[in-house]
Amino acid sequence: MKHNFENLHTIFDKYPKSQESLIAILQDIQKEYQYLPCEALEQTSEVLDVPLSTVFSVSTFYNSFSLTAKGEKIIKVCTGTACHIRGAKLLQDQLETHLKIKAGETTEDMKFTLEVVACVGACAMAPVVVVGDKYHGSVKVSRVKKLVKAK
Amino acid sequence: MNIKNVKDLNKIKKETLAISKKHPKKVLVCCGTGCIANGATKIVESVRDGLAKRKLKDVSIEILKETGCHGFCELGPLVIIEPQEIFYTKVKPKHVDDILDKSFLENEIIEPLLFTNPVDGSKITKYNDISFFKHQQRIALRNLGKISAHDMKEYIGVDGYQALAKVLFKMTPDEVIEEVIKSGLRGRGGGGFSAGKKWKICKNIQADKHYVICNGDEGDPGAFMDRSIMEGDPHGVLEGMMIAAYAIGAKEGYIYVRDEYPLAVTHLEKAILDCERSGLLGENILGTDFSFTIKIARGAGAFVCGESSALMKSVAGEVGEPRAKYVRSVVKGLYDEPTVLNNVETLVNIPTIIRKGADWYSSIGTKKSTGTKVFSLVGKVRNTGLIEVPMGITLREIIYDIGGGILEDRPFKAVQTGGPSGGCIPESMLDLPVDFDSLTEVGSMMGSGGMIVMDDKTCIVDVAKYFLEFLVEESCGKCTPCREGLYQLHKLLEKICAGKGEMSDIEKMERLSENVMIGSLCGLGKSGPNPLMSTLKHFKDEYIEHIKDKKCRAGVCPELITYEILDNCTGCMACIPACGYDAITGKKKEVHIIAQDKCTKCGACYAVCNFDSILVS
Repeated sequence: MKHNFENLHTIFDKYPKSQESLIAILQDIQKEYQYLPCEALEQTSEVLDVPLSTVFSVSTFYNSFSLTAKGEKIIKVCTGTACHIRGAKLLQDQLETHLKIKAGETTEDMKFTLEVVACVGACAMAPVVVVGDKYHGSVKVSRVKKLVKAK
Repeated sequence: MNIKNVKDLNKIKKETLAISKKHPKKVLVCCGTGCIANGATKIVESVRDGLAKRKLKDVSIEILKETGCHGFCELGPLVIIEPQEIFYTKVKPKHVDDILDKSFLENEIIEPLLFTNPVDGSKITKYNDISFFKHQQRIALRNLGKISAHDMKEYIGVDGYQALAKVLFKMTPDEVIEEVIKSGLRGRGGGGFSAGKKWKICKNIQADKHYVICNGDEGDPGAFMDRSIMEGDPHGVLEGMMIAAYAIGAKEGYIYVRDEYPLAVTHLEKAILDCERSGLLGENILGTDFSFTIKIARGAGAFVCGESSALMKSVAGEVGEPRAKYVRSVVKGLYDEPTVLNNVETLVNIPTIIRKGADWYSSIGTKKSTGTKVFSLVGKVRNTGLIEVPMGITLREIIYDIGGGILEDRPFKAVQTGGPSGGCIPESMLDLPVDFDSLTEVGSMMGSGGMIVMDDKTCIVDVAKYFLEFLVEESCGKCTPCREGLYQLHKLLEKICAGKGEMSDIEKMERLSENVMIGSLCGLGKSGPNPLMSTLKHFKDEYIEHIKDKKCRAGVCPELITYEILDNCTGCMACIPACGYDAITGKKKEVHIIAQDKCTKCGACYAVCNFDSILVS
């Protein structure tokens, strides 16, 4: 995939040039490109003067970061305890069937990425599915199809 | 806005109070994550438009408040009309005109929007009459749902930053520490260590720098009080941090916020900026020689980063792996300097303790666990949400009086507290007083305050497996007992849930659990087997049933159950498209059939059937 990396500098300029900024910068890159492109990691390493190996290890340690490209819309199924006992597994199963992918994968047309997350902190409305940045609470099986309709 | 001294602060307070006196009528719209998910943003727009239409434009800002979370998220969007305290639930944009005309301009009540008491079906008008709120005592959640989270003036209007002024002008750092020790406040993040003593240890270490970190990495699945507090009362958190910083002599502070909480980050950023602009953060705060800055460090989705040493590594931009703690992080923390790490809920309690005094605070709760605790009461309970109750209240009161009992009147099975490090408490212990020590005694723990209620349809073995799976995923992998031990425990549980367990597995799990607890480096591993051990202790018969009888009484474990359609099936065909595996066949108005060889026991048909025609056995 080809990217325009000119925006990277606006990200770098926001933060002091030290390792303390590494996670914040990676988060911004992740937000911009939906994943961490290799070139971006190299540039981050250079700008912050942090070894590329360190950048790589931080990128792979934290769940928020991905080294592979994600779909246009990310669907997160919350599998926190409250959601789990109110049927999150079933929703995951349904979404996997509808999208024909497993959790962690992206549909072929790059429209959706399905993820499971530990807890989005909206436990009172369990089970919760987050599509893009919209939270859906008390999700029923019958609503799953609607959720994945590309808008 | 410039706040250079106490006079400025008091002036703003007076102005804010004067405005609210001038406009006693208010429309409060909850804008926490939960209510926004249910459409609160549109409600705010509609109220704004509605007010403009009614030519109330010049005062609309004072009338409409976008508040933080009430904790009653399931029924959102929530709208409250003050001063009558009329509480409306599940409000839609189409209701707004009615609300403004009838309840705001007149004193009429719109009954369909009122809260329905789940116990007897009666309608309740006032906020404080709802059993969910009635039994609560709100200190940490004092401002949630009452003031606008974006408006610093409102926080000042409710005595905000008065505690800061008090410590800066009337107390020495040592006096502040003594006051907090005397209050008996214990860390609300799980450990339960005396907050004041932690400050004292930190202050007494000679070092170039001291740090204050606020732990907003609320990783326990099933708990969301820290999110709500950061979203709804960010200034309360900041004031708590400032007081801590003054007490220990720190000039720099960090708030570590979970990546999953974008709204909390936005609100905190705004609050910090407002403080910096007005002079409450920065050099010479309120004209004294106290200087303090706060930065936000966003987490990146790692549960282990709730552990102090891992969190501090993460703040420094490193991989969040814990270190051995023979030297505590309060001695050698961030950048190896002495660091106080307090949880969000702990810090937000501090301003009130300082203002009202340690004696007042310690008079609430029990002798060893003073004050109140926020719990997120969730799971199979009627009223789910955030509650704040005095320590020492019983589980029964929480679940039945506040929570309104179990959903659909099903039998109660267990309540899980303490997140993945905690345990399950059975029905026989429902009268247990909730405090730090009694929860630990029964094999669970306070943790951050998640309280997940389970009914007879929850499989206890599956719950244990769920937590172990979570911990295996989240173990950082640095030490072997945690990395490999938890993995093996999970494998054994999978085996039991699949109906392949042997009786000797129970003993194996017990032995291995002990080793993991002794051998692990940090709290994640040390307490990791807790969910398993506590369920083995209180619900051993269910494990034995899974192993010997190959039965899952809750109807959860797929390999041990079958789905069948009963003769009362109306042939409505709802389940046929719901099944993703083409396992159900049948014609309209005829009893459908599930092909057992195709059925994956996912439960989709059960979830859509309106006639209770699907039997899980």
